[in-house]
Amino acid sequence: MDTVRSHIMVCGGTGCVSSDSEKLITLFKEKLSSVDYDKEVNVIRTGCFGFCGQGPIVKIHPDNVFYVQVKLDDVDEIVEEHIIKGRIVKRLLYEEPFYKRKVQSTSKMDFYKKQYRIALRNCGIINPEEIEEYIAYDGYEALGKALLEMSAEEVTNILKDAGLRGRGGGGFPTGLKWEFTSKSPGNQKYIICNADEGDPGAFMDRSILEGDPHSVLEAMAIGGYATGANSGIVYIRAEYPLAIKRLNIAIEQAREFGFLGKDIFGSGFDFDISVKLGAGAFVCGEETALIHSVEGKRGEPTKKPPFPSESGYQGKPTTVNNVETFANVCPIILKGSQWFSSIGTETSKGTKVFALAGSVNNVGLVEVPMGTTLREIIYDIGGGIIGGKEFKAVQTGGPSGGVITVNDLDTPIDYESLKNIGSMMGSGGMIIMDETSCMVNIAKFYLDFSQDESCGKCTPCRIGVKRMYEILERITKGEGQLEDLEKLELLANMIKHSSLCGLGQTAPNPVLSTMKYFREEYLEHVENHYCRAGECKDLLKYSIDSNKCIGCTACAKVCPVSCITGKPKEIHKIDQTQCISCGACFDACKFDAVIKP
Amino acid sequence: MGTVNIVFNDTKLEVEEGITILEAAKKIGVHIPTLCHLDLEGFGIVNQVASCRVCVVEVEGRETLVPSCAEKVYDGMVIHSDSIKAMSGRRMAVELLLSNHPKDCLSCAKNLECELQSLAQELGIRDIYWEGERVDYKKDTSTFSLIKDPNKCVMCRRCETMCNEVQTCNVLSAVNRGFESFVGPAFNMDMADSACTFCGQCVAVCPTAALTEMDNTGQVWNQLVNPKKHVVVQIAPAVRVAIGEMFGLEPGTLTTGKIVTALRKLGFDGVFDTNFGADLTIIEEATELIHRINHNGTLPMLTSCCPAWVKFFEHQFPDLLDIPSTCKSPQIMFGTIAKTYYAEKQNIDPENISVVSIMPCLAKKAEAKRPELTKDEESNVDIVITTREFGRMMKSAGIDFANLPDGEFDKIMGESTGASVIFGTTGGVIEAAVRTAYEWLTDEELEDVNFKQLRGLDGIREASVFIGETELRIGIAHGLGNARKLLDEIKAGKSKFHAIEIMACPGGCIGGGGQPYHHGDMEVIRKRQEALYVDDENKIHRKSHENKEIIQLYKEFIGEPYGEKAHELLHTHYVARQKI
Amino acid sequence: MNIEVVNKMSVKSLEELKKLREESKKKVSLRKEGKGDYIELMVGMATCGIAAGARTTLSALMDEIQKKDIDNIKVVQVGCLGYCHSEPIVQVNEPGKEPIIYGNVDDKRAREIINKHIINHELIDDAIIIETYKKP
Repeated sequence: MDTVRSHIMVCGGTGCVSSDSEKLITLFKEKLSSVDYDKEVNVIRTGCFGFCGQGPIVKIHPDNVFYVQVKLDDVDEIVEEHIIKGRIVKRLLYEEPFYKRKVQSTSKMDFYKKQYRIALRNCGIINPEEIEEYIAYDGYEALGKALLEMSAEEVTNILKDAGLRGRGGGGFPTGLKWEFTSKSPGNQKYIICNADEGDPGAFMDRSILEGDPHSVLEAMAIGGYATGANSGIVYIRAEYPLAIKRLNIAIEQAREFGFLGKDIFGSGFDFDISVKLGAGAFVCGEETALIHSVEGKRGEPTKKPPFPSESGYQGKPTTVNNVETFANVCPIILKGSQWFSSIGTETSKGTKVFALAGSVNNVGLVEVPMGTTLREIIYDIGGGIIGGKEFKAVQTGGPSGGVITVNDLDTPIDYESLKNIGSMMGSGGMIIMDETSCMVNIAKFYLDFSQDESCGKCTPCRIGVKRMYEILERITKGEGQLEDLEKLELLANMIKHSSLCGLGQTAPNPVLSTMKYFREEYLEHVENHYCRAGECKDLLKYSIDSNKCIGCTACAKVCPVSCITGKPKEIHKIDQTQCISCGACFDACKFDAVIKP
Repeated sequence: MGTVNIVFNDTKLEVEEGITILEAAKKIGVHIPTLCHLDLEGFGIVNQVASCRVCVVEVEGRETLVPSCAEKVYDGMVIHSDSIKAMSGRRMAVELLLSNHPKDCLSCAKNLECELQSLAQELGIRDIYWEGERVDYKKDTSTFSLIKDPNKCVMCRRCETMCNEVQTCNVLSAVNRGFESFVGPAFNMDMADSACTFCGQCVAVCPTAALTEMDNTGQVWNQLVNPKKHVVVQIAPAVRVAIGEMFGLEPGTLTTGKIVTALRKLGFDGVFDTNFGADLTIIEEATELIHRINHNGTLPMLTSCCPAWVKFFEHQFPDLLDIPSTCKSPQIMFGTIAKTYYAEKQNIDPENISVVSIMPCLAKKAEAKRPELTKDEESNVDIVITTREFGRMMKSAGIDFANLPDGEFDKIMGESTGASVIFGTTGGVIEAAVRTAYEWLTDEELEDVNFKQLRGLDGIREASVFIGETELRIGIAHGLGNARKLLDEIKAGKSKFHAIEIMACPGGCIGGGGQPYHHGDMEVIRKRQEALYVDDENKIHRKSHENKEIIQLYKEFIGEPYGEKAHELLHTHYVARQKI
Repeated sequence: MNIEVVNKMSVKSLEELKKLREESKKKVSLRKEGKGDYIELMVGMATCGIAAGARTTLSALMDEIQKKDIDNIKVVQVGCLGYCHSEPIVQVNEPGKEPIIYGNVDDKRAREIINKHIINHELIDDAIIIETYKKP
C-alpha cells in the first residue's frame, strides 16, 4: 500500500549542506528504495532548524525524534533500526552538556525551550521548494485576507498597532515607514527587500530565505498593497547561491498559483517581484546605497533627506525593509496586532532572531521574545561557555555594535536598552567571548572590516576609519603610545558625528565600547606591551614550562626586570605583566623549559 | 513658496522655505567654509554630494552633524555653525584630507589657487594628528591637454558632476572603494584612451591640483630664445576679456592693446589676432552653409570651431560625421595661412616659423596635435598655451600688465572685424556667420548687424533669422549635454534647424577650461560676455567679409571661397571614434 | 515587469485557497507536534512485529485514517511492546484515557480499530489483550 507513514526531514540550510546534508538525502532515498520502503517514507529537504552547532540535523516524523550530527555512515542504521524496527538510535540523539542526558524531542531541549519562533516558524517544518507545503501552514491566507477584506490603510494600521520595528538594525517602526510611502504622491512606487545581510557571521536572513522564501514574498505583496507599490525587488547578496535558487523557485511557483502577477485573488491588485544580485559590498546594505546599486549605479549612499519613502528607486517613493521584518508580517495579519504586541517589551514588540556564535556550547540561530535577557540567551539557550571558561563579553550588532560585559547580562533585550549600554541590536549577530579574546583585537577586527567596506565617498569614513585602524594596528603590535588612546577616542567620536551614512556613523562603536568597558586592556597593550588574552602575537611574553623546569634559577638571575619568581628546586614563574620579551631567560635555560612566544 | 522661522547662531530669522542652511547663513553674513559644494548659478550646474563634511553644522535635536550645503531648512530649526562640535567636525574633515594629501604646495600648479590650501589656512591648521598611510598613484600625463593626479583628489566629485551630468561624456567616475578611491575613467584607463573631449571643465572646477592643464610654457620659451625661429603668436577673443583678472583688473576689462605690448616684450616676432582667423572661418563657413542650402546639402550644418565639441561628436555620434562644417577652426586656419601666405610674403622658410596660440581652451592643445591638421608633416599650429599659462609667463617676466600702454597688431594677419570678436561667446559664431550670409544671400546691405535673438546664456536657444523671405532657423547650445539633446533630435530626424552653433563650455569660450579660475562665481562669465559685445559695437567693420586683409588674402592667394585651394588649406575631415 | 504567467492553477478566492490548504495539509499531517491532544496509535515494529506483518497493519491504519479523513490522530511505529505472542500489536493512546492494547491486528482488524474505536468510540473487546485491560 502506498500510504506515506513517515517523513524524514533533512536540514537543507547552507550550514548543513556544507556538511553533506544533500548527500544524506540521496543516501536515505537510495537505502529506503533498497529495502522497499520508499513509498511509505518520504525524505524531505527542509530549512534551518537553528541548532547549527549540532548539524547535520535529521528529524523523523511522526515520531518527533531529533537526530544530530548525522554522518553519511549513519544513514543505514537510521533506516534499519528506526524506520524498519522502530528503535531509536540513541547515540545520534542530542546530549545535554551538563547532565549528559539524551534528549529526543526539541520541546525538551534547553536550546529550544525559551525560543518563540515567528520569523522562523516554518524553517525545519516545510520543504521550501514546495509551495503547497507553505500553503498547508496557512500560506497566502494573509495576502488573500488583506486584499479581499482589508483596505490598504487598514493593513498599515495593523502593522502600526502591532509595533513591528525594522529588524535590519535600524529599528524604525515598519507601519510608519509603510504609511510614509503610501502617503507620498506618485503613481509608481516600489517595495524592496534588503537581503544583503552583510554583517560578518550573520545568517538570519539567509536561513529565512533558504527555509521559507514564500513568507517574504507574501509579505512583500502585502506591503505593496499597503503602500501602493506594484513592483517588488529583492536585493540579495550574490554570496547566497542557495537562497537565490530557492527564492527564484518560490517566485516561479507563486506566479503559477497566481499569488504574484496580475489581479491577485481576483482583487484587481497587480504585483510582481524581480531579484537583483549584489556584488560584494557591505555598504549596499544601507538603503540609499542599495537603491543606487539596483539602479545600476555605484553602490554609494546619498544624503537623507530625501528619504526613500519620498524619493527612492528611480526617484519614486520606495519602501526598503529587511528580510526578517517581512517574515513577521503574515502572522501579524492573521493573528492580529494585539497578539504580536503582547509579546516583547514596552518599546520593542515581537521576537528577534539572533545568530549565536563564539564561545558558547550551542551555536546556531535562535528566536526569542524581546525582553529575554542576555543571560538567558547565553546560559539557558546557549548552554553556557565552552569548556567552562569565564564569560568575558558579548558583542552584538556586528561591526556597528558594541560589547556588553557581565555587569549588564541581565539587561532585557530590546532596541533602547541595548543602545543605552553602548551597543545596539543590529541585525542579530551575537558573539560570545571568553577570556581568550582580546578586546583590542576585536575592535581592530571590526575596524579592518569597516575600512575595507567603506565606499570612500565621505572624508570621515574614507580617511578617518582607516586612521583608527592604523592606530589599533600599532597598538596590537606593541607600537602604541598613550596619546594614541586619546587620539583614537577623539577620532572615533568625531567620525560618529560627521559621517554621511550609517556605516561611518557606527564604525567607531566597537572601539568606543571596548574602550569604555575594557580600558585596562588598552592600557596594558600600550603601557605594558601586554596582551592578557594572548591573542596579539607581537605582545606575547615568555613563559616557563612547569613540566621541564627544575628550579635551577639560571633564568631569574639574568632577567633584567627581575620578573621571574621561584625558590631553588621549585618551578619558576615569569610575571607576564612585567616581561619585556628580551629572551635572556630563554638563552640562559639549559633545560628547554622557557617557552618562546 | 512660503517662509519658515529658524534660529541661526542665536539669531532669529525668517527665510524662504526650501533653501539650504548654507543659503540661510549667507543672509546673516555667516561664513561656513565649503569644499565639495559647487553651484554655478544661472547655469544649472550644481554639485551637492555632501561628501567632504567640511560645511557641517550642528542642528539641535539631531545626533549627527548636518551638511549645510545640502540640508534644507524647516520651521523651527535651530542651527549652530559656531559650536565646538561643529567646528571640531569641520576641522577634523580638513585635517583628515591633509593627512592623505601630498605636501608639495610650494611647487604645485595650484599654489595660492588651491581651495584645500585656503581651507587649511582659514582654519589655522598647524598640526596633522592623523598621520598615516598616503595613497600613491601615478600621474596621468597621457593627453596633450591635461594632467590627472589621483594623489591630490579629495573626492569632491565636482569633475564627475561636470563630466557626467553637464557634459554627458561620462568619462569620470569613482574608481576603487574606501581609502583607495579616487575619480578617474573606468578601469583607471589613461585619459587619452577614453572618450574625453578635453573640454577642460573638470579642470575649471577641480578645487585642488588633481586635474590641471598641461603646461607648455617651457616650449614657448624655447622657441622664443631660439634665434633660428620666427615665432608668431595669435590671441583668441576670449582671452582679452579675462587675462586682466590675473593682474587685479575687473573681469571683462578689455585689454587687447596691453596684450599686444606684452607679447612684444616677451619677444614674439609676429603678434597677430586669432580674430583674423575667425573672419576667415566665417567666409568659408558662410559659403559652405549657402552652398548646402542651395544644393540640397546636408542640413542642419553644425559649426566646428570648438575642438572639444568635435571630439564629442566623433565619439558619441560617429555616424553623423557629414553634418558638421568641414571648416578648420580659426586658430588652425590662422596657423595654416601663417606658414603659407605669410611665409611667402615675408620670405621666411615655413620650417622656421613657429605658430603659438594663446587660447582659453584645453582642447585646443589636443587639436593642434591632430594628424590631419598638418601640412608637409608640420602642424598648422605648433604650441598652444592657455590664458593662465600666458599670465604666468608675463608674471615670471616681471611685466606690469595693468599699466602697459596699448599696442597694435602686426599687419597682414592682424585686422579683424566685430563679427570675429564675438566668437568668444555662445551665439557669437553663428551671429557672425549670419551677418555675412545675409548680405551674400540677399545682395543687400545689412543695416542692423545686431541679431539679439541669438544672444543670451540659456543652455539651448532657438531663433529665426529672416533673410529676405527665407526663414533661417538657428539652434544654439553651450555645454555638451545641451549639444547632445540637439544631436539626438537630428539623429531621430526631428531637427528643424538649418544651422546649429555648439560650444562645449558654459557661456562659450569665455568659460573655457584654460581661463582664469572663476571659483564658482558666474558673474565673471557674464561680465566677460558683455565686454565682447561692447568690443564688437566699437568696431568700424562688423561683418567678416569687410575685413580688408581677408579680402587681400583671397585675392592674392586663396582664390575662391570654398574653392579648390580653400578646401586644400582651410578644410578638414573627422574621424569616427569609440565611446570608450 | 512583464510576466507571462500560466494561470492554470491560479487561486482566485479565499475559498479556493482554503480548499488547496485542506488538500495540502493532508500531505504534511505527519509533522504535527506540540499540544498532544491527539490520539496516538503505536504499532509494534520490532522483529517479531514485522515478522508477523506489522507493516501491513500500519499501512492499513494509515490508509483508513486517510479515507475517513480523521484529523487529530498520529500513527507511530515503536519497538517491541512485549506481547510477542500476539503480534502485530497496536496500542491506542487517547488523551485522558487508559491506553488500550490490541493484539493480532491484521489489515481487517486495523480498519476496524479505526472505524469502531476511534470513530464510534466503541472498544473491540475481543481484540484487546486480556492482561492489559480490566473492565470497569
